[in-house]
Amino acid sequence: MNEAANPQKEYTPGTHPDLPAPFATRGPVAWMRDNLFSSPLNIILTVVVAWLLYSIIPPIVNWVFIESVWTADSRVECWAQMKEAEGAACWAFINSRLNLFIYGFYPEAERWRVNVSFILLVMFLIPILWDKAPYRKYWLMYCVAFPFIAAWLLVGGFGLTKVPTDEIGGITLTLIIGVTGIFFSLPIGVALALGRISNMPAVSMLCVVFIEFIRGVPLIALLFVASTMLNYFLPPGTSFDLLMRVLIMVMLFSAAYIAEVVRGGLQAVPRGQHEAADAMGLTYWQSSRLIVLPQALKISIPGIVNTFIGLFKDTTLVLIIGMLDPLGIGRAALSDASWSGLAREVYLFIAIFFFLCCFGMSRYSLYLEKKLHTGH
Amino acid sequence: MSSTEQSSQAAKSSDPVIVIKNMHKWYGEFHVLKNVNLEVQRGERIVICGPSGSGKSTLIRCINRLEVHQQGHISVDGTELTGDLKNIEKIRSEVGMVFQHFNLFPHLTVMENLTLGPIWVRKTPKAEAEETAMEYLKRVKIPEQAEKFPGQLSGGQQQRVAIARSLCMNPGIMLFDEPTSALDPEMIKEVLDVMIELAESGMTMLCVTHEMGFATAVAHRVIFMDFGEIIEENEPHEFFNNPQNDRTKLFLSQIL
Ligand SMILES: Nc1ncnc2c1ncn2[C@@H]1O[C@H](COP(=O)(O)OP(=O)(O)O)[C@@H](O)[C@H]1O
Ligand SMILES: [Mg+2]
Repeated sequence: MNEAANPQKEYTPGTHPDLPAPFATRGPVAWMRDNLFSSPLNIILTVVVAWLLYSIIPPIVNWVFIESVWTADSRVECWAQMKEAEGAACWAFINSRLNLFIYGFYPEAERWRVNVSFILLVMFLIPILWDKAPYRKYWLMYCVAFPFIAAWLLVGGFGLTKVPTDEIGGITLTLIIGVTGIFFSLPIGVALALGRISNMPAVSMLCVVFIEFIRGVPLIALLFVASTMLNYFLPPGTSFDLLMRVLIMVMLFSAAYIAEVVRGGLQAVPRGQHEAADAMGLTYWQSSRLIVLPQALKISIPGIVNTFIGLFKDTTLVLIIGMLDPLGIGRAALSDASWSGLAREVYLFIAIFFFLCCFGMSRYSLYLEKKLHTGH
Repeated sequence: MSSTEQSSQAAKSSDPVIVIKNMHKWYGEFHVLKNVNLEVQRGERIVICGPSGSGKSTLIRCINRLEVHQQGHISVDGTELTGDLKNIEKIRSEVGMVFQHFNLFPHLTVMENLTLGPIWVRKTPKAEAEETAMEYLKRVKIPEQAEKFPGQLSGGQQQRVAIARSLCMNPGIMLFDEPTSALDPEMIKEVLDVMIELAESGMTMLCVTHEMGFATAVAHRVIFMDFGEIIEENEPHEFFNNPQNDRTKLFLSQIL
């Protein structure tokens, strides 16, 4: 028996000290007993899961890391290096096509521009991820300018050689569509949500029609519209870049979803908050910006990030209208006779890329929720 | 008692800051306020009581146009309340309001709650607004909570912050809508103390409350409402000890 935590000991009323909980109810052993072995069913589940992990993890680790081959010039050469042909991953294939996966067909001499854009993207993320960054105000101003700077770098013009947008591909393309979509769909979505609940019938009606229309149509259909039909609506003679059209469609599509998520958040802000803001004499815009939106957006974070993750993965749909995102590049690479048959490696590589990006967003959302939590 | 008498003298001199004339309001079909007439003098303190649902909140919310009246006139500080947004914003910035459920902004610290109005409505420089805010926090006796979020404070502390927040706008009139009825008993006194102190400073106050002790101590007039009408009004002593109307008597017998 633990002397310090003896609740049996008598204290005169009013002098009872704070004692630690009994040893058997804290620490790792207690945790395991409570969470892993608390009932017969729980014990069975624990054992089954442990066995599954034991039988799955080692072969995977083996396939991915231990026996995998990282340099070779063809599939045959790759397999020759293994204990057993096809017994492990041939990462040499991805390695030899890495530039294609990253840049698509972006002209080699200009690839530094993509690299600089990547660096700018990282700089864009710093003040967003790190809220105590010094000079954060200026950083954030840079963040607003970033998509435009990157667009200039990637596409050219104004002193830089123009790169046709159909040469952009791979991860670069995914990031362009993803980041542009995320960056612009949030403000558009917020505006649509405010419009939808506004008490001006014309505004609210317009927003409802727009949101319901976009949500009622599959993204693929919108992309087809972007790739084929949009030209009919434009004045003859004007050509409108395909990538630009896709970006606009993705943006609007995701904005419609964001609008509904944010509307949910707006409705969850208690009426008393509007009243307190009104009673203070704040104008509609001040009260929206300073009181209502910050609370509504905070409530909407999981839904917003969910929409962003969906958007990011949906960028692969551009494959269908002939753009070369990583999946498109992967398919093209697999048709090379000396490497064919390595589909597992290609798709696993692409899956890992998407998983890392989406998982990162998901973690960021949790971090934000925690940071913005200000008590009960 | 002499100070109360003096201010009641002041209240009697005719300088009405709120004038409500033949005012009616409906919620759809429901006639919630019926022919309300009320004049509030500068420096006057009025307590409004009455059964739940009798229209007390609606009445004081009409004064800063959180609710819109459909008939009759309301003017505050000589400005008639109409649909004109500029007028409404001006009046709202002159009239402070304290709610039953505090309605502090949970995503802002206490200090930010207090300085928001001065900075955005009054365009006061931030440093000056913070200095004023600190003074009011001292007046409501919680200067040490300035950097906390409302969710970290007790109900009584939150309500005192809410009062300080209104005072930071330097209002000429304060409206209170049951400021203590959402509080645990041991916190009611700390809020009432702040309100009594405010009363002693000569603030014009309209207060919906059932705290009879408070009414007796500070009110110049007590108004009793039922079914959307002002049934009876009198100075507190007379009101509580010698009610005229049967409904008033019934109501008082239920709450005392
Ligand atoms: N927004 C509203 N819509 C419809 N009826 C309302 C609304 N607000 C209040 N009421 C009704 O008006 C009456 C008066 O409400 P209120 O002024 O809040 O009463 P009190 O504050 O005296 O309890 C109540 O019957 C209430 O149900
Ligand atoms: Mg009420």
